[in-house]
Amino acid sequence: MSDTSISPAPSKWHLPELGFLGWMSVGILVFWAFVVIFAPWIAPYEESTILTEKSFDPGDGSAFMLLGSDYLGRDVLSRLIYGARVTLGLAFAATVLAFVLGVTLGFVAGILGGRTDDIMSRINDAFVSFPSIMLALILVSAFGSSLWLLVLTIGFIEATRVYRIARSLAQNIMVMDFVEVSRARGESLWWILKNDVLPSAFVPLSTDFGLRFTYSILLLSSLSFLGLGVQPPLSDWGSMVKENMAALNYVLFYGLKVALAPLLPAVCIFSVTLANNLLVDWNLSRSQKDISGELIA
Amino acid sequence: MSALLQINDLRVEGRRNTRSPYSPIVKGVSLEVNRGEVLALIGESGAGKSTIAVSSMGYAKPGCRFSGGEVIFDGISVLDMTLEQKRVVRGARISYVAQSAAASFNASLRLDDQITEVSMVHGVGTKAEAETRMVDLARRMQLPDPENIIRKYPHQVSGGQLQRLMAVMAMNAQPDLLVLDEPTTALDVTTQVEVLAAFKDAIRDSGAAAIYVTHDLAVVAQVADRIHVLLGGETVEEGPTEQILHDPQEDYTRKLMAAVRPPPKRTGEGAGSREATDDTVIDVAAIDAGYGKRIGGGVVVQVLHDVSVDIPRGSAVGVIGESGCGKSTLARVISGLLPAASGEILLDGSALPSDVKDRTREQLRRVQIVMQMPDVSFNPLKTIGQALERPLEFYLDMPADKRRERVAELLKMVDLPAEFANRRPQALSGGQKQRVNLARALAAEPEVILCDEVTSALDTVVGAQIIELLKRLQDDLGVTFVFISHDLSTVASFADRVVVLYAGRVAEQGPTAQILSPPYHPYTSLLLHSVPEMRVGWLEEIRETETAQLAAASVVEIGATGCPFHKRCPMAIPGTCDVKDPPIRPLPNGHRIACHREVAELY
Amino acid sequence: MRGDQREGQLLTKLILRRLALGAITLLVVSLIVFGGTEILPGDVANAILGQGATPENLQVIRKELGLDRPAYIRYFEWLGGLFTGDLGNSLATQRPVSDILAPRLPKTLLLGGLAALIAVPLAVTLGLYTAMRPGSWFDRSLTTGSIAMVSAPEFLIATLLVLAFAVELRWLPAIARISESSSPGEVFIALAMPVATLTAAVLAPMMRMTRSAILNVLSHPSIEMAILKGVPRRTIILKHALPNAIAPIINVIAVNLAYIIGGVLVVETIFSYDGVAKLMVDGVAARDLPVVQACAMFFCAIYIVFNLIADVVSIVANPRLRHSK
Repeated sequence: MSDTSISPAPSKWHLPELGFLGWMSVGILVFWAFVVIFAPWIAPYEESTILTEKSFDPGDGSAFMLLGSDYLGRDVLSRLIYGARVTLGLAFAATVLAFVLGVTLGFVAGILGGRTDDIMSRINDAFVSFPSIMLALILVSAFGSSLWLLVLTIGFIEATRVYRIARSLAQNIMVMDFVEVSRARGESLWWILKNDVLPSAFVPLSTDFGLRFTYSILLLSSLSFLGLGVQPPLSDWGSMVKENMAALNYVLFYGLKVALAPLLPAVCIFSVTLANNLLVDWNLSRSQKDISGELIA
Repeated sequence: MSALLQINDLRVEGRRNTRSPYSPIVKGVSLEVNRGEVLALIGESGAGKSTIAVSSMGYAKPGCRFSGGEVIFDGISVLDMTLEQKRVVRGARISYVAQSAAASFNASLRLDDQITEVSMVHGVGTKAEAETRMVDLARRMQLPDPENIIRKYPHQVSGGQLQRLMAVMAMNAQPDLLVLDEPTTALDVTTQVEVLAAFKDAIRDSGAAAIYVTHDLAVVAQVADRIHVLLGGETVEEGPTEQILHDPQEDYTRKLMAAVRPPPKRTGEGAGSREATDDTVIDVAAIDAGYGKRIGGGVVVQVLHDVSVDIPRGSAVGVIGESGCGKSTLARVISGLLPAASGEILLDGSALPSDVKDRTREQLRRVQIVMQMPDVSFNPLKTIGQALERPLEFYLDMPADKRRERVAELLKMVDLPAEFANRRPQALSGGQKQRVNLARALAAEPEVILCDEVTSALDTVVGAQIIELLKRLQDDLGVTFVFISHDLSTVASFADRVVVLYAGRVAEQGPTAQILSPPYHPYTSLLLHSVPEMRVGWLEEIRETETAQLAAASVVEIGATGCPFHKRCPMAIPGTCDVKDPPIRPLPNGHRIACHREVAELY
Repeated sequence: MRGDQREGQLLTKLILRRLALGAITLLVVSLIVFGGTEILPGDVANAILGQGATPENLQVIRKELGLDRPAYIRYFEWLGGLFTGDLGNSLATQRPVSDILAPRLPKTLLLGGLAALIAVPLAVTLGLYTAMRPGSWFDRSLTTGSIAMVSAPEFLIATLLVLAFAVELRWLPAIARISESSSPGEVFIALAMPVATLTAAVLAPMMRMTRSAILNVLSHPSIEMAILKGVPRRTIILKHALPNAIAPIINVIAVNLAYIIGGVLVVETIFSYDGVAKLMVDGVAARDLPVVQACAMFFCAIYIVFNLIADVVSIVANPRLRHSK
């Protein structure tokens, strides 16, 4: 019973028990990361090379144009591979921007509190009271949609959401006893931020990063699908869906395979967002408590 | 006739969340409760006592399941019942009183609706009969204005009253067995007496049997016929109350007994062995403090009002009061975490800046604070060694190799092995963490250590060990301790001087021995009378006194005019105490009582 | 009953304060909408003239449109116009924006309303149902399935539906056109796929949030107390859990309105449905600012008003506010 005895040493770090869906998700994300990095080596053709005169040529099943051609006669597979770079690259950059912006400002507001917090939070509330796609449309109509502006727009919109989480995290951590101990010791705010707040906020923020990445992908793809995102000659998965929608009219002549041109980019988006969401969900459900068994019928 | 409730070789297992594996919580416990008898289940946290108690109702808490054994209630196996059969028994024949009434009452339903619901769902008489019983029980529970109070919503009623209303609910359908799960633990000591007495009367009047779950032996002594001692889900021993209290057979039970501090004797023998000195290290002068800054000075919620305390060098000063009296706020004000709205703090005669940000490193070093909750006092990502090295580096500029040596020494001072330096806080028990917490304060080589409720999150035995450690450290190092606690027994056993806070004001302060003997401030007197003694019959004796009867009558109201205690004070002078601030009456050795009554009247 | 009167006053005060706050939010949103669309490098005159702009004719157009006056004056004029229904003229067609908007409003409201009408009860029912059987086969497959649905972009769902019902089966048209003279049957056929897409998009997040809100209520100690009082399960759910779950569920519904608005934009575009959303998308592409401003205000106002209603319901449903001490 003595509390001075040595308890067994803490167990070693081990692989998380992700289960089938979890490992599948990790696999999907690793696969896409690989594609994004090595796109020029993997893609059979240049993304903008026109290989055939025919729109939506389903190909002959051979290695030449494995997935057929798009509305301009370009190779769908190659374009999917390069599209991954645009979609995932832009969304990732936007998410990073959202976190740098949102976490910095959220932490400043949460740690300083008082007037500063009031003013910053009221301003942020105004932006949060827009549905995010509405805000995106207003910003795009104001600034246009070059790649940089898209990253800035989406990064800004998601930053207003990250701000809220970062602020409340910082507020919660700042009142924890171990931070009070540091404050009472006389540590500077910077030291507390670096040593106490940031490390403690890392795990919840990384879960949110997964979620934000998903939202960024969906927001970017929706914008591109509406024709307001990535502009030709560049294209991301969202704009590929849009530009190839006409393929549905060719199904009658060429068979179902031509539907791949608009469907596959959508499926690619889906694979990334699904993998992300499964991992986030797994992460969140780890702490799920039981409810009374007797309410369960 | 066979026992009303019989539990044989009960096994229960539980899991922390839906993804963790099941592990045993109750490991084969057998007990029985006879009709009209009160059985107490005692043990420390994790002993499985409330899990066993609710198993009598065939109920496994969320995340738990039965893995073996049987529960026989009035000849029927409860664990084999269908849900519907269990439902018929619950509330009607066995009923439950939870630890926190505030959480257990439904916030969106009126109290009378919730209380009579028990009788209604079990078809016990008509609604009118149930209501009559409810008002009748409420009156017997000494609830003020029972007809009115039951028409309220839970959040409109005070904690002590809610707890009694929960007992009214439990007894509304006239059950055969009551399960009381730490029903007074969440209450302040002065409120506890009345609630405890009300439970005892109700059990006696109804002739029901009861299982009383608690960790508090003094409470057990008042209500139980037999005591069942548990440790880690297993039975330690069982016997009649007198036998367990006076002639425990097992080591563990003896340890539990030893950890219970005898309540402070009202004869004046305090712990204060050290000579009082005139050398004041910290002088708190006329402090007002609170939360929420108001434009143009002052605070929105005032917690401390005109608090003056002086802390002699090398002494241990205990600060005592009920929850919400401002005792933790006082520690935060002295440490500078919460700057005072007005007033001064002097360290060795020179003024300390009120905000921690404005204090010099040297000033900071000299006053250290130890927080209440060991589980959240450490950055979970740093090792114990890193946590201890930081003050050495910050205050003393110690080089890295010297720091490591010093950490080992510090750990030794608090009876922990040097290997702990490489551990993270999660790998330590609560008591161990609290020791490291002290070591971290000691690392700064301070003159004053503020201990804010450092034992209240710990089990009794572990808490007692921490107190022993504090005593030894004070003898060895001569540090000044400010020891904040809600537990008068603990304070009295350790402190040389005591400060009694009530509603943010100092009611009385002075040397421990003088605080514990007359003349008393009426509130100190109430406090002293409220600490349960570990002997049978104490409750009955104490209820005879006038003080106790008034104790639970009203809620603490901060900010009212006059003496904050006047509504509960048996000696209040109408027209004076409720209007004017009480004068401070000086007595020898810096003993001061804030009261309108003359000193001669306070004996 | 004087007490009741006082409680009533407090509640009214809280609600009025919330309404005032809602009005301020709308005002701030209008400021952002106006400011956001006016911030454009170059102005409306530039947008009208495009490449062929010369400094001279820019001046003329600016004067004609009143752009030479300070921005804040134009903002107040625009704001006043919002109340009187004068939303300015479209830059692309020169027609009054109110005339373009008027016939489209009911169409978008019909589409969004139908989707909400199906999705809300369905999501709440499924959320309730799964929350009461956590860990069951049904719960696990539905929650995992809902992750898939949350992850799917609206245009994936729409494309699959079109492929199945318009291209392969040829039961439904790929383009949704309705007019005032359409019969209910025609409306049903035209809107079947758009409504289905929208419902699918909003159903999953709403169901998941409802589920976790209910689980939160069910894990409260007062529910355990009701079990131990022997209250029948049905009564526990209906009397003890539901009143405490209303406010969180209403909030879930309001939050998910954002998904409906996002979905409407994509769905109207895919099915070439002549609603406000399509008007807005085309407006953004053509930089037709008066149109964009009007549409944005329309959607934001709906969103804010629904969130306001949710807040008021939460205030009214909270016993602590309804019955003060």
